[in-house]
Amino acid sequence: MPKTYTFPMGGIHVNKYKNTSDISIEFAGLPEFVTIPVKQHIGAPSKIIVNKGDKVKVGTLLADFDGVVSSDVHSSVSGEIVKMEALPNANGYEETMITIKVEGDEWEPSIDRSPDVVKEINFTPEEIVQKIRESGIVGMGGAGFPTPIKTSIPEGKKAEILIINGIECEPFLTADDRLMQEYAERIIMGARVLNRALGIQNAVIAIDENKQKAIDELQRLSKLYIGVNVRVCKTKYPQGGEKQLIKAITGKEIPSGKLPIDVGCVVQNVGTTFAVYEAVLKNKPLFERIITVSGNACAHPANYRVRVGTPVSFLIEKTKTSMDDVEKVILGGPMMGTTITNINAPTTKLTSGVLLFKGAEFNKHHQTNCIRCGKCAVACPIGLRPYAIKDAFLHNGGAAELKELHALDCIECGCCAYSCPAHLPLLDYCKLSKQELRKK
Amino acid sequence: MDNLIWLNALVLGGVAFVAAFVLYFVSRRFYVAPDETAEKIAAELPQANCGGCGYAGCSDFASACSKADENGFANLYCPVGGAKVMSKVAKIKGFSAAKKKPSVAVLHCQGTCSQAPAKVIYDAVSSCRIANQISVGKSGCPQGCLHLGDCVKVCKFGALSFDETTQMPVVDRKKCTSCGACVKACPRGLFEIRELSAKGALLYVACRNTQKGAAARKNCLSACIGCQKCSKLNSEIKVENNLSTIPMSVDADEWGQQLAEACPTKAIVYKEKSHA
Repeated sequence: MPKTYTFPMGGIHVNKYKNTSDISIEFAGLPEFVTIPVKQHIGAPSKIIVNKGDKVKVGTLLADFDGVVSSDVHSSVSGEIVKMEALPNANGYEETMITIKVEGDEWEPSIDRSPDVVKEINFTPEEIVQKIRESGIVGMGGAGFPTPIKTSIPEGKKAEILIINGIECEPFLTADDRLMQEYAERIIMGARVLNRALGIQNAVIAIDENKQKAIDELQRLSKLYIGVNVRVCKTKYPQGGEKQLIKAITGKEIPSGKLPIDVGCVVQNVGTTFAVYEAVLKNKPLFERIITVSGNACAHPANYRVRVGTPVSFLIEKTKTSMDDVEKVILGGPMMGTTITNINAPTTKLTSGVLLFKGAEFNKHHQTNCIRCGKCAVACPIGLRPYAIKDAFLHNGGAAELKELHALDCIECGCCAYSCPAHLPLLDYCKLSKQELRKK
Repeated sequence: MDNLIWLNALVLGGVAFVAAFVLYFVSRRFYVAPDETAEKIAAELPQANCGGCGYAGCSDFASACSKADENGFANLYCPVGGAKVMSKVAKIKGFSAAKKKPSVAVLHCQGTCSQAPAKVIYDAVSSCRIANQISVGKSGCPQGCLHLGDCVKVCKFGALSFDETTQMPVVDRKKCTSCGACVKACPRGLFEIRELSAKGALLYVACRNTQKGAAARKNCLSACIGCQKCSKLNSEIKVENNLSTIPMSVDADEWGQQLAEACPTKAIVYKEKSHA
């Protein structure tokens, strides 16, 4: 038995429900219309550079990055731009989106569509970062932080290790798992591209124990590439959190308010690494991603390769699920994802799953009073006291008190709410506290 | 034995004497004259400690009144006590009171169950602040009432009640002191403190939706669709972002009936004094 790595504090064990782990990725198909939001990342919205009525191809640049923390947005289909206006997003709030009527499937000629794996990297680090920026790559684990910023090391700091995050600790989701099983070699090449950009030689691919097939595949291939190692981590939630993963692999702790680069680490999701491979070595911008459609109301759970902007309802139809059976739709994983109210909303670069639930599996439990058992504090992987944050927020919303409780360090993993015997929505309070603090 | 009792009495008595002496001189040295004006003013105030005046409480407001000069005093106003209390306070100070028209809180939304039917089930925490963050709410209107009653919880005067049939908060005009607590509590800013007209009437647009007409109507039958019928009647009314706003300068007594009838979606509300 090889050594398994994990983080020491907090965390919970959740049921996995990884029933789509053996279903291979298939192309979801092209919908009639796609709506592409111009903001699919943290930071400033991108600047639209196309006009209504323009004909676009797959991979055409639609919106240019605007400011340092921003990202490019590309067309995911070929066709005509019919609308550019505010449309309701998944939560119902309006957001600027570009609607394209799909006509055929014509790709930009610069994209290399051959199935061969490119193994030569003939680029300088600057060229790689430039290519990543031009391809609109953002952190695909869910946060949506623009990748070019992560790959260009700020002055005075030094990257020592690159960690490829292959830990999908959210229940139900198998998008990253399938990606590692099917495109292992491309992910390793992606890691080498990132290594070149960072100017370091070693990369660690971290996978959790319950993905044996992915571990086998990557371990077999990693022997062929010097500097690429596979580390097996314990199956525990939130093992895939950036801070938790760094602690598990390197033993280093990121101080409050600091970034991974401050301890010499760069963490990239496997999805992002795959996108980097395609962007740099295949000239393919980020316009499609793998999405798991699952849940107990889903008739045929599957892993789809989905073009950005495809409506959620299109994916639900694709699984032959009738909306009459579905009582709750979640975008992302069940722990950190959000319940959505508008199924006509588009999927984005950050959507890792569409989960459909009915019946007992989503029923909310009756809330009772806090009994001061401290289970939330035990479960918190950061070491916060969620019950105290809740009290501070509810009683006076005092910013000073919340700051003292380090509410801003919350990673919103939801372990507190999951473990609460009184079924209190502790995560909601933590999220609101963070908002309150950021306002000031 | 006797000696011991005497000794105890002597020691304790001595300590008491010295302490009394010290206390007497300290209290003389650090004497603060009571602000009699402030005390008089505080006696006139409603003592609701609501914070509607912008001060921490009634006594804080009273001391601010007491310290204020004539110009400063003109800016101080207790919305709860209104003109009656302020004239009494002004008499104590010897100034003339700031004159404000009586006002009342109004809700800029009519998205009741029947007008804006629920499209989804909301099953999370019963708080508007949290619901506002999660999604647009049951009706689908991004600027409408969330029907969870944060405003009702903050009202200290019992002027806001929750109507179970319409799922909307209702303002009791008689009890409302226009302290502004509900204005601060609503995460969507649907409340406004509005002045009453000379005859005690109210005129306002009961909608804050800035979506285009068709999109707004899809969610709510009472939404303002920005048709500009009202602005054609009265040029003071401005329609911006598909939403009409009636400024306070439009006289409710003169225009109310006409504007309310002209509005095709009945988003303009005209309430006479007889209406609660």
